[in-house]
Amino acid sequence: MAGISAYGAYVPRLRLQRSAIAAAHQWSDPSFKGKGKGERAIANWDEDALTMAVEAARDCLVHNAAPGDDAPSVLDAIYLASTSLPFADRQNAGIVATALSLDGQRRSLDITGSQRAGTTALLEALQAAAGPYTNSALVVASDKRQAKAASAGELAYGDGAAAMLVEGGDGLLTFLAGVTETADFVDHFRGAGEDFDYTWEERWIRDEGISKIVPAAVQAVLEKAGLEADAVDHFIFPSTIARAADGVAKAVGIKGDALVDNLGANLGECGAAHALVMLSHLLEGGLRPGAVVLVAAFGQGCDALLFRATEAARTPQGQLGVRGHLAQGKASDNYMQYLAFNDLITLEKGMRAERDDYKTALSVTYRKRDMLLALEGGKCGQCGTLQFPRTDICVNPQCGAHHTQTPHSFRDSRASVLTWSADYLTYIPNPPSHYGMITFEDGGRFMTDFTDVDVGELDVGTPVKMMFRIKSSDRLRGFVRYFWKAVPQRGQSA
Amino acid sequence: MARGIKDKVAILGMGCSRFGERWESGAEELMVEAYEEALADAGIDGSQLDAAWFSTHYEEINVGKGGLPLATALRLPNIAVTRVENFCASGSEAFRGAVYAVASGACDIALALGVEKLKDTGYGGLPGSLGGTLNAQWAATGSAPGNFAQLASAYRAKHGVSRDDLKRALAHISVKSHANGAKNEKAHLRKPITAEQALNAPMIAEPLGLFDCCGVSDGAAACIVTTPEIARQLGKERIVTVKALQLSLSNGSEAGHNSWDGSYFHTTRIAARKAYEEAGIKKPREEVSMFECHDCFSVTELVTMEDLQLSPEGGAITDVLDGFYDAEGTIPCQIDGGLKCFGHPIGASGIRMLYEMYLQLSHRAGPRQLEAPRIGMTHNLGGSPMSNVAAVCIIGAAD
Repeated sequence: MAGISAYGAYVPRLRLQRSAIAAAHQWSDPSFKGKGKGERAIANWDEDALTMAVEAARDCLVHNAAPGDDAPSVLDAIYLASTSLPFADRQNAGIVATALSLDGQRRSLDITGSQRAGTTALLEALQAAAGPYTNSALVVASDKRQAKAASAGELAYGDGAAAMLVEGGDGLLTFLAGVTETADFVDHFRGAGEDFDYTWEERWIRDEGISKIVPAAVQAVLEKAGLEADAVDHFIFPSTIARAADGVAKAVGIKGDALVDNLGANLGECGAAHALVMLSHLLEGGLRPGAVVLVAAFGQGCDALLFRATEAARTPQGQLGVRGHLAQGKASDNYMQYLAFNDLITLEKGMRAERDDYKTALSVTYRKRDMLLALEGGKCGQCGTLQFPRTDICVNPQCGAHHTQTPHSFRDSRASVLTWSADYLTYIPNPPSHYGMITFEDGGRFMTDFTDVDVGELDVGTPVKMMFRIKSSDRLRGFVRYFWKAVPQRGQSA
Repeated sequence: MARGIKDKVAILGMGCSRFGERWESGAEELMVEAYEEALADAGIDGSQLDAAWFSTHYEEINVGKGGLPLATALRLPNIAVTRVENFCASGSEAFRGAVYAVASGACDIALALGVEKLKDTGYGGLPGSLGGTLNAQWAATGSAPGNFAQLASAYRAKHGVSRDDLKRALAHISVKSHANGAKNEKAHLRKPITAEQALNAPMIAEPLGLFDCCGVSDGAAACIVTTPEIARQLGKERIVTVKALQLSLSNGSEAGHNSWDGSYFHTTRIAARKAYEEAGIKKPREEVSMFECHDCFSVTELVTMEDLQLSPEGGAITDVLDGFYDAEGTIPCQIDGGLKCFGHPIGASGIRMLYEMYLQLSHRAGPRQLEAPRIGMTHNLGGSPMSNVAAVCIIGAAD
């Protein structure tokens, strides 16, 4: 027996209006005129699949034990699913684990290479948790797919992530059965090292792929669980092809009202993460105990997973989730900014952007991994002062004790702005560079970058929270540096 | 108990190059320009120097590391040359080396020379600096104006000052420095400006506009020091001696401990207190005749007035707007135009400040000569408000 016991999600703040995309391309393709409806989530310049994965995982774990404390003793595995991971050879799941202070004796793996990577990771975790060697596993799915300007993907894709905590027992969603159908049906592909997808004709994908492969998997999973198709109360099947989910439901006999909102209107399709994003969105609304949930995802075959809601699913857990993040969106019609953030246009950045911030010293990065990835500072055992970074000698001028500090992460600490400026001189992909000193509620401070901040929004005393972000990218060597930045605390907080 | 430096060392001669965009000159030529003036003023030749201290900050775009660039450019007589670097306070550090050498009796005559060649970067402003392989991975993404602009937010919050009132005071500071710089033929920026120009200038780092930022200049400054006795033997009149020389460095508490509120310079306050004690100054607002402060940005000058105990805490805006620090005011500040208009060739600036105080005390400051100044002070700061090097030096007529 295994089930999902917690869920969470992350959606970046910016929502590019499709009307802005459509307006930019109408000159060359008049059909864009009718494609300007709704909005899609776009990552800030300092977000990628990894940073979104960390934030979704934090959202998922927020009501569980603080990751740094109890969770490591029970969490046995971390699965990270994505097709847009920053490193081809450096385990990305390990970065997520370290950022959450979940590194150490624990399985970690990246699952990639297909749009159903998210459901595959979930299925693997559930099967592991049903077995004897895994008490609980964290599944995180995240995608930030690049799309060529004026492509269908540019309109349809969204950036986002979701996370599920899988445990032995019933959870809030008990796992009933899972089936995977493998088929090398290439609706689209992205060659190794390529930035963009190459996609075949939609009608062929729908008629020869989805409508043949998906029903087979769905029927098989229902059979395995001993359920009829009309027992399904909620059917999750992400697809950017119009009426594809509808077609599958009809073909197998799933009720029309079981179709779950694919969030195309206000989020876009989050690639390998999308099935889990839709599942989190569904759970955030609360489910009737006993409700049957079918999750399927297509990609060189099909994963189909069947669940039944327990009493625990009735009341939402209160994470920010997809709903909370969608409510915090900021509409943008700045299509040029989107192109710039995604390196889809060659901009003059000025000489200040030329500087090469040394090659990253990997030895330092490892030595200081807890500081850089987990925002770990110190707590003085003598005077109790919290401080960042952790050093051999206490920073408190009244103390100065030697070798007294124990690790303390500021990751989840509340802070407020002590000083700030908006700097137009320094190079940053999204000027001006907002930065300043923040002080943490329980002690400790440091000079930090602010991100997801609007000009005029900061003031002394503004409450902020910490988020995991890209610090800088070393394009010469293909390395990405991560660190934590402060973001204004807006509205509901997780 | 240390007895301090007061009156143990005299300035024998000083020189300063023209500051500015010296496209035609490299660091070597600038060094020679300042050196020749200092030698002529001292009335000695290079063979009489016992040792030299050399200050520059950006070795990447300048002359490289070590003492050799100075020894070679000046063809010094194979004496000891020590390169010092302490951010924008490097010049004061070189001066300190030379002064201490003379005070110790190890040298009769020593040279301090600072230089910076900044205009070989291809753009305005200072090059970025990283501070090592770890800092580059977490330090906030900013610039010098952004770092110092942080003061404005905290100062406003602490003293309940509106943005408009602060901006008016900052504009007055820049207008005053431009008016002073216009009278200085060696200054980089020599055009007077109006408050409206300052207030309406393009934003650099909120709330600092273009005219709130000092010039990025090429230049060099030199100082030759000896004992008061030797100075007299060499025929020096109006002998100017060192009264106090103090440095205070941050130890990370401002950056890492919540005891600092971000609105002032912790180190400047310490260096000033120690310097007044060393010089025997009890009431700075009444005893200091004039000063050069480290006005890298207008807001730095504003808060420094209070850190130097010249304005009461929270009172600098009133003093500034009242003209207390103007050339005709009670304690003229930046009489030579300051970093703002004379310019800021990093490694030279601390010595450039002393150059103006020395000229004034020697009654050789030409059209900007003040009436009978007795005590001149320099405040030279390097780093950023949360982590810095503060140097306070007081010189005056020998007792």
